Amino acid sequence: MKLALLLFLVLVSNFLPSSLAAPSSSGDGYAITGRVKVEGMTSKGFGASSKLLNAKIILNGGQNVTFVRADGYFTFHNVPAGTHLIEVAALGYFFSPVRVDISARFPGKIQAALTENRKALHELILEPLREEQYYELREPFSIMSFLKSPMGLMMGFMLLVIFVMPKLVENMDPEEIRRAQEEMRTNFLPRSS
Amino acid sequence: MSSSHLRPRTAMAIRARLGFVIVLSLFFSATLSTALYEDQVGLADWHHKYIGKVKHAVFHTQKTGRKRVVVSTEENVVASLDLRTGFIFWRNVLGKNDHIDQVDIALGKYVVTLSSGGSILRAWNLPDGQMIWESTLPVSTPSKSSLYVLANMNVGKDNLILVFGGSSIHALSSMDGQIVWRKELSIDSLEIQQIFQPHDSDIINVVGFVGSSEFVVYQISYRTGEVMQQSKASFESGFCGEASLVFDNLVVALDASKSSLVSISFKNEVINFHQINLSDLVPDFSGKVTLLPLKFNGMLAIEIASSILLLRVKGANELEFVEKISHPFAVSDALPLSKVQQAFAILQHDESKIHFKVKSDNDLRNEILKETIQMDSQRGNIEKVFINNYIRTDRTHGFRFLVVMEDHSLLLIQQGEIVWSREDGLASIVDSTTSELPVEKEGVSVAEVEHNLFEWLKGHLLKLKGTLMLASPDEVAAIQAIRLKSSEKNKMTRDHNGFRKLIIVLTRAGKVLALHTGDGRVVWSVLLPALRRSETCGNPFALRVYQWQVPHHHAMHENPSVLVVGRCGHGFDAPGIFSIVDSYTGKVQNSFILEHSVSHIMPLPLTDSTEQRLHLIIDAKLQAHLYPKNSDSLKHFFNEMPNIYWYSVEVEKNKIKGYSLESKAELDTAEEYVFQAKELWSIIFPSESEKIAVTATRKMNEIVHTQAKVVADQDVMYKYISKNILFVATVSPKAAGEIGSATPEEALLYAYLIDTVSGRILHRVCHQGAQGPVHAVVSENWVVYHYFNLRAHRYEMSVIEIYDQSRADNKDVWKLVLGKHNLTAPVSLYSRPDVMVKSQSYFFTHSVKSMAVTATAKGITSKQLLVGTIGDQVLALDKRFLDPRRSVNPTQSEKEEGIIPLTDSLPIVPQSYITHSLQVEDLRSMVTIPAKLESTTLVFSYGVDLFFTRIAPSRTYDSLTEDFSYALLLITIVVLVAAIFVTWALSEKKELKEKWR
Repeated sequence: MKLALLLFLVLVSNFLPSSLAAPSSSGDGYAITGRVKVEGMTSKGFGASSKLLNAKIILNGGQNVTFVRADGYFTFHNVPAGTHLIEVAALGYFFSPVRVDISARFPGKIQAALTENRKALHELILEPLREEQYYELREPFSIMSFLKSPMGLMMGFMLLVIFVMPKLVENMDPEEIRRAQEEMRTNFLPRSS
Repeated sequence: MSSSHLRPRTAMAIRARLGFVIVLSLFFSATLSTALYEDQVGLADWHHKYIGKVKHAVFHTQKTGRKRVVVSTEENVVASLDLRTGFIFWRNVLGKNDHIDQVDIALGKYVVTLSSGGSILRAWNLPDGQMIWESTLPVSTPSKSSLYVLANMNVGKDNLILVFGGSSIHALSSMDGQIVWRKELSIDSLEIQQIFQPHDSDIINVVGFVGSSEFVVYQISYRTGEVMQQSKASFESGFCGEASLVFDNLVVALDASKSSLVSISFKNEVINFHQINLSDLVPDFSGKVTLLPLKFNGMLAIEIASSILLLRVKGANELEFVEKISHPFAVSDALPLSKVQQAFAILQHDESKIHFKVKSDNDLRNEILKETIQMDSQRGNIEKVFINNYIRTDRTHGFRFLVVMEDHSLLLIQQGEIVWSREDGLASIVDSTTSELPVEKEGVSVAEVEHNLFEWLKGHLLKLKGTLMLASPDEVAAIQAIRLKSSEKNKMTRDHNGFRKLIIVLTRAGKVLALHTGDGRVVWSVLLPALRRSETCGNPFALRVYQWQVPHHHAMHENPSVLVVGRCGHGFDAPGIFSIVDSYTGKVQNSFILEHSVSHIMPLPLTDSTEQRLHLIIDAKLQAHLYPKNSDSLKHFFNEMPNIYWYSVEVEKNKIKGYSLESKAELDTAEEYVFQAKELWSIIFPSESEKIAVTATRKMNEIVHTQAKVVADQDVMYKYISKNILFVATVSPKAAGEIGSATPEEALLYAYLIDTVSGRILHRVCHQGAQGPVHAVVSENWVVYHYFNLRAHRYEMSVIEIYDQSRADNKDVWKLVLGKHNLTAPVSLYSRPDVMVKSQSYFFTHSVKSMAVTATAKGITSKQLLVGTIGDQVLALDKRFLDPRRSVNPTQSEKEEGIIPLTDSLPIVPQSYITHSLQVEDLRSMVTIPAKLESTTLVFSYGVDLFFTRIAPSRTYDSLTEDFSYALLLITIVVLVAAIFVTWALSEKKELKEKWR
């Protein structure tokens, strides 16, 4: 299946108008702003993707929970300096958790990396690792799969016995058959007597 | 809890060895996941969505479009419900600490929620629930915050949303959530009471109290937040902080003594107080008074003792008594009917009837509407009512009532009828247990099952088409319908496989419900009278539910019953509550308040002669009380008394203590069922370096099939199986908080295995740079626990397996057969058990909310771990992935045994989510119940939602699967028979030919 979805998680970059890791006005932490974006769709069309409609963004295993906005952005406010973990819970996609370091020494400096493959998010572009298919796909009917099933094997063997074995016998030399039969008889007779 | 080590059973070991090899060879080829096809959804599983107890409701009933009601609940859910059916259009579950303060609708298209103590404001799209914007407000002091959506000033213009709490007001744009202005009213200890906007003006009035005696009024500009006018006055006898706005220039407040009302009128910077004694208004007034927040013009509601008084405010110093309504009741907020008319509803409970009254401010003496409906007594009293109106065809007003009941259920009532009801108490399950269904009575005809051979054949033909991928979409739907209908899963009798059971759940509201495992329908429900607020017990809450009586040998004619344990009030020394409920009918058999408290409940593995399970209740004073109280149970109990051990975990004191019972020298007749605890041992963790994070034990009813494990080289390892193993995880105090609060250097996690009889620490391991939250599950001889590794910044799961070394030389089968093994070697409590421990750690991607392990009837089937992930899904993870014997390059024999090559992280296969494409919102717990069929486990997981399914960790090796094609079997047989005849005919022919030759 083609992975049509690309996810951009944009953390603290200078391209965005509002400073993303600005100390919030109450002063007890920083704000982390990220973005979830689907490639091949305009930001307007994103809302139509019902699969990501209820995507939840979870900070530090449930300390804070926020939701993805229609344009794909999300923000955590009042996050203290330190190393944090952001997880994305979206049904149908497998997201790697993201490690986010907020520097205490350089206020507002944020680094991010995927924890699954340790890929640093320098340009902060994250592809979902995969699309999740929760159901086993029914394989289309094929002769092979039928033959492989116990029933198929049984039938195959029976057909083999029915149609091929007589042929084998037929192809043998009648003399040989007689000899073999006699041999058998001699082998069995002493025992039966 | 009871007994020491189990003796090895020789025959078992040998059989196990054989059985193990067979089982292994059978399933080695099977894939690891037991996945589901999309068309099998709903066959064995069901999923019910709930929202919880409704706190606020806002109706959205415009002439066009869907009529809906937006609600927020105590489970932090904001949801939009269909007003016609009660179905959920959408819902969003906020974080666990993100309690919703208020909900409203802005601009007619956004749902606005204020949460987290007034610090987060979110807007959701009304049609689909997509979040539009989110705004964080700096809240300096935690105070009660409110939301005020300003009425439409000019059509098409951006409306402001005001959030006020403490002394600050924020005005936000409802379009994008930007803060337009922010006003910190520079007075300390100001509590803003109300904000309101007089009609057609640019001024907002703000009224509040400063301290306990001063009253202030501000007039603030709507556009800029500038204070235009300010006035204050003090009232010498003080206020208690409650006030109700009656008119645009009149507030009625309660004074500090709560015995008189103060009407405060303000106009043009002049504030006047008038004190009105309640005893003047109400002759027989006594007790405490509270003001009800009834936003109603010219009207006041006060609550005295157990009734409410409606008072009409005629002027600044003139109040008139209108009506007295006695408990239980509910009053709705005011509803504007037109520009000048308002209405509100009063609901009054009268035993099984509810009287609805709607009054308007034109005529308070009479009602616009008066209805009475019959209400199920199991729903308890009314708690809340929300009212909405519609215009009838004859241009009069009709009303809808959204009613929240005591059991947290939600009902919509219109025209004296219940239009729909939702059993939302099920969103807050506290505990659950199961009960078997009654045995099927004889006399049920078999003919009924095979009623129509043709239908039966047609069904199977359809199924065959389905398996051969030849079916059209219509036919697929037909197959689905046939499967759902024909499956006997919803019958009310016991089945051969043990799939049909009753799940008995206890909810926070004190309601006990029995759910059928077939489709999750409520078979019966009972709101326990003992767990309802009463005079003897002011604040009861439900604790646990246990199986009380499971008749199978004796007392067959009796119905099984469950025991519900509760507590009167939240203190540990509060008296306990016992209720015994019939599992088949829901009838309360017995119910009483205990004389002692309940701190620990121990179901004992003993029953009395009527099959009632013995329970030992330990109270706060360390006394053990035996139930049921009869001489027979006492007799059984005395036999086992020396074998009873238990432990207590005191998290605050960082202590684990082990106890046994003091033998009773002389029997005191009054205290016959009371025993004294004797402290045996205690483990105190150093509080400066360790803090108890989690404890876990084996399930009491877990069955272990084999004590021995055959490893690849025909060697046997003996599992150290003890019911008394306790797993304890401690973390360093600095790392006890959330992730991100500690550095790897200061974080340490210790895992302990403790024998709870002797208090001996069997094993201790330290994980450096690791912290909680820790989740653990103990089964057989292993523990799996989940924690956070700060160094790698990933979650980890570790497994510890514990083996008994003292029996390691008992391997020789001949010795076992000839009885020359050293089973008779003395087992002593004081000797150190000779154990061997193996462990291994793996990375795991997700945060975990809950963990459980599958349980089967005989314990033969291999185990799966059930992991409730942060995404509210349940992942089934084969125990084989968590095997300490995994290595990077397993040898050939190890491979044959089924050992998977070691990987650094555990695989997450999407097909092994047992919840498939569903989510169990706010997942709290998973319960596994063994079915009678050995291969199968029933899984019941609950949170805000309920999800039930059955899983087969090693596939259903002991029965044919649902999608087994009988038709294919039939066809094969027919073909074979035909082939026999054909070949017979052919051979006959040939023989004839031969003879003619």
